[in-house]
Amino acid sequence: MTEPAMTDLAIETHGLVKVFGDNRAVDGVDLAIRRGGVHGFLGPNGAGKTTTIRMLATLARPDGGTATVLGRDVVTEADEVRRRVSLTGQFASVDEDLTGRENLRLIGRLFGYTGASAKRRADDLLDAFALSDAADRQVKKYSGGMRRRIDIAASIVVTPELLFLDEPTTGLDPRSRNEVWDIVRAMVSSGTTVLLTTQYLDEADQLADRISVIDRGKVIAEGTSSELKASVGSGSLFVRVMDRDDRDAARAVLERELGVEVRDEADPNALTATIDEQGRVTRALSALDEARIPLAQFSLGQPTLDEVFLSLTGHHAEEKTDTEEAAA
Amino acid sequence: MTLDRTRTEDADEPGGAGLNTEHDRGSKILSALASSERPSPPGPLSTSLTFGWRALLKIKHVPEQLFDVTVFPVMFTLLFTFLFGGALAGSTVDYIQFLLPGIMVQGVIMITMYTGTTLRTDLEKGVFDRFRSLPIWRPSALVGMLLGDAVRFTISLTVTALLGLLLGWRPGGGFGGFVIGAILILLFSFSLGWIWTFLSLVLRTSGSVMGVSMLVITPLTFGSNIFVDPSTMPGWLQAFVEVNPVSHLVTSVRAVMGGTDPGASLPLTIVWSAVLIAVFGTLTMWRYRDAR
Ligand SMILES: Nc1ncnc2c1ncn2[C@@H]1O[C@H](COP(=O)(O)OP(=O)(O)O)[C@@H](O)[C@H]1O
Ligand SMILES: [Mg+2]
Repeated sequence: MTEPAMTDLAIETHGLVKVFGDNRAVDGVDLAIRRGGVHGFLGPNGAGKTTTIRMLATLARPDGGTATVLGRDVVTEADEVRRRVSLTGQFASVDEDLTGRENLRLIGRLFGYTGASAKRRADDLLDAFALSDAADRQVKKYSGGMRRRIDIAASIVVTPELLFLDEPTTGLDPRSRNEVWDIVRAMVSSGTTVLLTTQYLDEADQLADRISVIDRGKVIAEGTSSELKASVGSGSLFVRVMDRDDRDAARAVLERELGVEVRDEADPNALTATIDEQGRVTRALSALDEARIPLAQFSLGQPTLDEVFLSLTGHHAEEKTDTEEAAA
Repeated sequence: MTLDRTRTEDADEPGGAGLNTEHDRGSKILSALASSERPSPPGPLSTSLTFGWRALLKIKHVPEQLFDVTVFPVMFTLLFTFLFGGALAGSTVDYIQFLLPGIMVQGVIMITMYTGTTLRTDLEKGVFDRFRSLPIWRPSALVGMLLGDAVRFTISLTVTALLGLLLGWRPGGGFGGFVIGAILILLFSFSLGWIWTFLSLVLRTSGSVMGVSMLVITPLTFGSNIFVDPSTMPGWLQAFVEVNPVSHLVTSVRAVMGGTDPGASLPLTIVWSAVLIAVFGTLTMWRYRDAR
């Protein structure tokens, strides 16, 4: 085993496998995730995100392969890993019968804070997470957003080097979602590495520095959001002609120059095309100019992560979200 | 209380401005993260007691948990005293001298079953994921849970004893004898608890944990010397009753509460408890590694 302090990798796995019966929930995952920032696991429900995270957080034992977290092996050095990481599970990871303050005091005492300092730490965190007013209420009476905040607060009673966040915003309203995003950003700026799973493409896009796309227990792509988008194609061209009578002519010009199908939008002046070569766009736009077709507007959009997913897997990323409870 | 005026919770003000400003929130979280020290890690006893504290907090918030520990013993004591008292001993007052220590054992053993179903429910909720991810002595969450249960069992024992005294139970061992007997029962039920923790880590639903527990408990309690002297039983049953650890427990509790010599039953009870902890404690911790 190499000296743990030498590695700058937060997570390194080789051929990680977890099998449930004949279901290969995690089927040979290789990861090399650097310290610092947010790494995203993006994948539909049942892809194996939670199972992977549970193995990395020492909650489940791999059936095959190896994993080191912050340089420590998750099986043979599980205690060392536990000292350095923290997990906010997909489902409530605090005791719903207890109040918010009691939960934080409990965790504080388990980390070795004495009675009074555990209470002080709990109160500081309740304040930071805007939960002071609900401190003495049972967690089961909290709203979804408050619950997520107490979950995350419980994960940083002692600051972890690496925080696992399993679908931190699933089921939250947009405002609570933004709050969680702000919390994640604050943690990252303090130096904590965050590994976040999500089914939401925009969430990965917003928060993650690098993304691993996971499908059916395998990592099918990895890179920054822009790299993933670039690997799919350059995006789409949107054109709006000044005069709607010009649309057919414009479509003919664009199809000739771009060499791809050009679609009519609902807006009778607008056209879009998925392009695979940016260079052709300039030529196509000059050709429209030469044909004396005036444009009101044009834009070149990057592909959405959903398009990325579709092209990588052949199915949409979010098609399975309505069967959420099946993957508990 | 906090001095922050700008804040309200979303529950109270749906759709309202809610939290403090983004900047404010971020900086508070940053300072909470920065101010965190690492206290020295607590020992096994300390973490187990902390989990015991959790169990007491749960009793405070869910006092219905005390229903079974009060109703079961009252029901058993009344039912069996009056059901069997006349037939077996001629009078209920005579019978209760024999029966009451056994009823204490029976009542507590019945209630230990809830340990398994409670753990199963906790495991499903995910709070144990948090506990298992902490850098603490692994069994402490379970030990603490069993310690919390010991509080509930003590209530059950006290209720049974008080009701027994009302019905004419006059133990020769006095209060001291009662305390020693109660400690024996608590020790044995703590040990038995590891069977239920193991079952709840093996079986997937609290219903099946309950079902299998019943299958174990029924022969253990009824196939013992709790209700009648085994000398009237057929040979095969006598043989079972004599090796049944519950019989040893009942014999020793009866003796110390009655003020007589427990003989070999006392060390046997302690040995059985140790064996149960060693076997089922180990099995439990083996399953606990991959608990779900
Ligand atoms: N404890 C378990 N027992 C059996 N199957 C499981 C268990 N946990 C997860 N699975 C299965 O493993 C697969 C991956 O699940 P999961 O890791 O939860 O996916 P995700 O978090 O990406 O939604 C799913 O098919 C799920 O049904
Ligand atoms: Mg999941």
